[in-house]
Amino acid sequence: MISDLWLQFVLTIDATLRLATPLILCAMAGIFSERSGIIDISLEGKMLLSAFTAATMAAITGSPWLGLASAMIISVVFSLLHGFACISHRGNQVVSGLAINMLASGLTVTVGNALFSLGGQTPLLSNAQRFAPIAFPLAESLRQIPGLGIIYTEVISGHNLLVWAALLSVFITRVVLLRSTFGLRLRAVGETPEAVDTAGISVVGIRYQAVIIAGVLCGMAGAYLSIAHGASFLREMTAGKGYISLAAMIFGNWRPVPVLMACLLFGFLDALAARLGGVDLPWIGQLSTDLIQILPYVLTVVLLAGFIGKTTPPGAIGVPYVKRR
Amino acid sequence: MERTLPPWVDMGLLPLINVLVVFVVTGIFIAIIGENPFSALTVMLKGAFIDKGALGYTLFYATNFIFTGLAVAVAFHAMLFNIGGEGQAMMGGLGLTMTALVLDPILPPFLVVLLAIPMATLMGALWGVIPGWLQAKRGSHVLITTIMFNFIASSIIVWLLAGPLIEPGQMSPQTRSFADGVQLAQLHTIFNTIGFSLPSSPLNVSFTLALGASFGVWLLLWRTRLGYIIRASGHSKRAALYAGYSPTGTIVITMAISGALAGLMALNEVLGVQERLTLNFTAGYGFTGIAVALMGRNHPVGILLASLLFGALYQGGAELDFQFQSITREIVLIVQGFIVLFSGALAHMFRPMLEKVFATAKPSHKDVSHDK
Amino acid sequence: MGAKLQRGEGSADGCCAVSLYGISKTFGSVRANKNISLDIPAGTIHGIIGENGSGKSTLVSILYGFYGADGGRIRIFGNDLKIQSTAHAIAAGIGMVHQHFMLVPSFTVLENLVLGHEGSGGLLQGMARGRSELQGLSREYGLDVDPDAVVADLPVGIQQRVEILKALYRGARILILDEPTGVLTPQETDQLFNILRALNQQQGVTILFITHKLREIMALTHGVSIMRDGEMVAHRCTATTNPQELAELMVGRPVLLDGIWHQAKVGKVVLQVNNLALDGTRGMPLVRDLSFQVRAGEILGVAGVSGNGQSELLELLAGIGAPSRGSITLGEYTFTKTNPITPLVIKELGVAHVPEDRHAMGLVLPFSAAESAILGHEHSPIIGDGPWLNPGKLKAHCGQLMANFHIRPPDPKRQSRLFSGGNQQKMVLAREMSTNPTILLVGQPTRGVDIGAIEFIHQQLIALRDRGCAIIMVSVELDEILSLSDRIMVMSDGASMGIIERKDADARSIGLLMTGVD
Repeated sequence: MISDLWLQFVLTIDATLRLATPLILCAMAGIFSERSGIIDISLEGKMLLSAFTAATMAAITGSPWLGLASAMIISVVFSLLHGFACISHRGNQVVSGLAINMLASGLTVTVGNALFSLGGQTPLLSNAQRFAPIAFPLAESLRQIPGLGIIYTEVISGHNLLVWAALLSVFITRVVLLRSTFGLRLRAVGETPEAVDTAGISVVGIRYQAVIIAGVLCGMAGAYLSIAHGASFLREMTAGKGYISLAAMIFGNWRPVPVLMACLLFGFLDALAARLGGVDLPWIGQLSTDLIQILPYVLTVVLLAGFIGKTTPPGAIGVPYVKRR
Repeated sequence: MERTLPPWVDMGLLPLINVLVVFVVTGIFIAIIGENPFSALTVMLKGAFIDKGALGYTLFYATNFIFTGLAVAVAFHAMLFNIGGEGQAMMGGLGLTMTALVLDPILPPFLVVLLAIPMATLMGALWGVIPGWLQAKRGSHVLITTIMFNFIASSIIVWLLAGPLIEPGQMSPQTRSFADGVQLAQLHTIFNTIGFSLPSSPLNVSFTLALGASFGVWLLLWRTRLGYIIRASGHSKRAALYAGYSPTGTIVITMAISGALAGLMALNEVLGVQERLTLNFTAGYGFTGIAVALMGRNHPVGILLASLLFGALYQGGAELDFQFQSITREIVLIVQGFIVLFSGALAHMFRPMLEKVFATAKPSHKDVSHDK
Repeated sequence: MGAKLQRGEGSADGCCAVSLYGISKTFGSVRANKNISLDIPAGTIHGIIGENGSGKSTLVSILYGFYGADGGRIRIFGNDLKIQSTAHAIAAGIGMVHQHFMLVPSFTVLENLVLGHEGSGGLLQGMARGRSELQGLSREYGLDVDPDAVVADLPVGIQQRVEILKALYRGARILILDEPTGVLTPQETDQLFNILRALNQQQGVTILFITHKLREIMALTHGVSIMRDGEMVAHRCTATTNPQELAELMVGRPVLLDGIWHQAKVGKVVLQVNNLALDGTRGMPLVRDLSFQVRAGEILGVAGVSGNGQSELLELLAGIGAPSRGSITLGEYTFTKTNPITPLVIKELGVAHVPEDRHAMGLVLPFSAAESAILGHEHSPIIGDGPWLNPGKLKAHCGQLMANFHIRPPDPKRQSRLFSGGNQQKMVLAREMSTNPTILLVGQPTRGVDIGAIEFIHQQLIALRDRGCAIIMVSVELDEILSLSDRIMVMSDGASMGIIERKDADARSIGLLMTGVD
């Protein structure tokens, strides 16, 4: 009984990691964009587009690597569109993001249908066309160690490359943001762009670089959904994950490590919902998975309202930069 | 600082150019996926306006967009970005449905309808007021909160339709039908009774209500003291503070009006056609409202025109789906995305060009102070 | 790069640090700079003086590469340069201290210093280099700053030092300062001047000092150039000119200082303030324990360096925000923290308010003039019945105000933002005076207003006073305070340093009080 509960718990943690991966990548993308002052609600759309592109390219070429690369490219292209509208033309950043999300919904289904005639889906991928789980050495033999063995086997071993990439991205984001010249400039641009401009550095240049990095990370998140975690593209397969990442980013106050924690929390809630669906719990009865899935949104609303802590968004976020005398 | 264009260019030509660009870009896209954009356009126009009953459908869809477009626009005037039209419409539908399900066994149908309409308004308003109140009192932005509230509303409806409210003995996530007569009269039946023959369509009295709401919004914003306060507060927070307008009051009232308008959308879908609550009856119309408001420049007249365009797109899009191999209904989402992009985020892309053209034509005044 | 500050090359042979030939710049239809030429000898402190809107900020922005000029040539230390960006200007040895500081508030002093000039290697190396150079600079010029302090926590005077250090760190040999004293106390101003003199004399840094204050030009500069209406009208050697001549050159005609004030007929007390106090967000007192009264028919001038609680006092009296302690008594009504006054209530009690910032508060810039003309008065019955607004009546009302105050152009449908500063200010005054107030609160009545409008506004204020209105006037322009006030309250650090009768007041004594010295 105890060991069964332990197994359940370990499996939930394992699922948490899998479910949090796209959130982490997306949220890191959001950090780069928003710390430079550009609101990015198009995470959802870019992730959807790159999921579609990854699955399509993997299906056509048979290579998951080409799928991943093209996913990143398409995501960067739309990041550049966002930049063109918001940085070059000083358009409303939210409106531009919404446009990209709408385009993503329409383009993926329409192009998918035109290519494959599968009602917007892409063909099912074989294992060779996907990023397969990486089993660590001795995973199966260590399973036998009571208690801790399954942690190694289930939680640490058996993840695909992109899960590790996601965790690595947190570390990289942190180092770049806090320890590099580029990071210093990026943070300054998001707080006080005029200070950067008068230092002789191009505000536009820094912001474009930021949204391009965001595009790359978002592309990885999308590819994860369709060619690593899943085995094909399904219409609307992001299902609000981009917005959850946005919520996680706010939850973590635009700082890499707290944001990682928020992503893991939301991933855990998701895993929990899947595990508890239809299970009779003592005293509570059947818990509705739909209601657990509300939690990230409710938590974010409560947090934003200052009931848990205080959020401090970048000072110049959402404000197009205009030179002033 | 800003050069002004003649009003007809600013309000007419510029938006027109933006829409034209959308059509050109969409046309190119259609050509890329291997269809003929011109025949697609013909099919769409025919399907939206000419085929028997088509116009009725077009106006039926337009009704949804008028409500959600007005909802976004009213909030915009107070500088509030209400992305929550979708959730507010859902909650409106829920309020309406609950009223109907509870009361239709005991009250005559017309009374049920009479009570259900204010409930739709109230629930929509409530779903707008909470984010508004949170912004006014707790400092969380309506923009983000309403996004979250869309997901919350949608999860609530999914949950209710999966269990508590599902029609007994059925598997599909929807409530039972309302009692006979708990519905809004469809226009073709009204016209038939007074002797005009109209082809059958779901167009119902919500449409006239939508027209009334448009006029009402115009009156409110430009002809009342309250509207003045809303617009002044939207343009300048400090000026509102100076003039003594309560920020909380303005935000809450504006979001209530905005949410109520979005909630009214449910009348058209739930009470006008389906006569029961179904999953996803809002079908993204709340988001389309953003496109409509942007394209209509947040003015009721513009919103009516934009709604007509989107109504035609939705109706004609269905026809496209039917007639073309490679084109699906989702083409509408693409057009919508391009409209939000070119009429919203890139709305002023062509402004410098037009300013050059018209500045040479007419010198403007020269008394702007500069050293600031 | 680096802080090697050599004497301006060629300063010995009389070469110019900066030479401008025929600089022109047009914004839209406004010609901000018309064919401007200027020579600044290396190693001197040179002033540019002009009224608001005369084009001096535009000129230095061009020099600093913030805007490209439409025409003209720039020569730095004898070399023709095309300064197309700020980076070019910095590379040419030009540094600038902006009117609004260009600092990232959440960064430390050191981070702000190295931003954009981190040098090769990683950020940490750059920061280490910055730290040692900062120490060197601090030692050399006595510019003491804690490198690890967060800028937001520093007083304004120190933030300005950081700006100067930034410029020096980037190797500036020409330092531009744009209206640097607006935010400083007279003491801080003196310190700044000492620093500038030291930079100039010991290191040969050429300094370009932009201001509209004659006093500063006389105190600091070697030479001065005068701008008016986007044109360079004259150059003078400071030693051989005088304030009267400079003032006339700035304005373009003889200036009458004083003249319109005459003895007031003072009535009964209409406003009584007792122990009024306001605490800021972090418990910092913004207004400390103010008590005073104002009588009908007098002008109480409130003097002080910007940011010493005058703005907060004005807003408290206008009902924008509640006080932390103390009371305000208007006629028979007393207002306190728990029973705060509001903008709506003061109107009912006959108080009108002309706010300090007409762009953010006094007007709604995108509104038509007619709409702006009812801001805060939208419930007046003269513009509609019941809940309705009548556009015809709105227009007529605005037309009336425009006629009374000679507002140009007299077009009620014109967007508020398109009027000149003077006409915008007249519009706010017209609106607020139209109700025949018993008390008028007015902040910076002539900030950014052309000279003609200044005279008109001053006359209107005196006329209103003569009709028995009590006026509380907050202004950072000491000349304005001295020429209009019947009594003067001087504020420093949120507290009143005393109220002085007009006959006892002069610039010196008030200036001293402004520093917080009794």
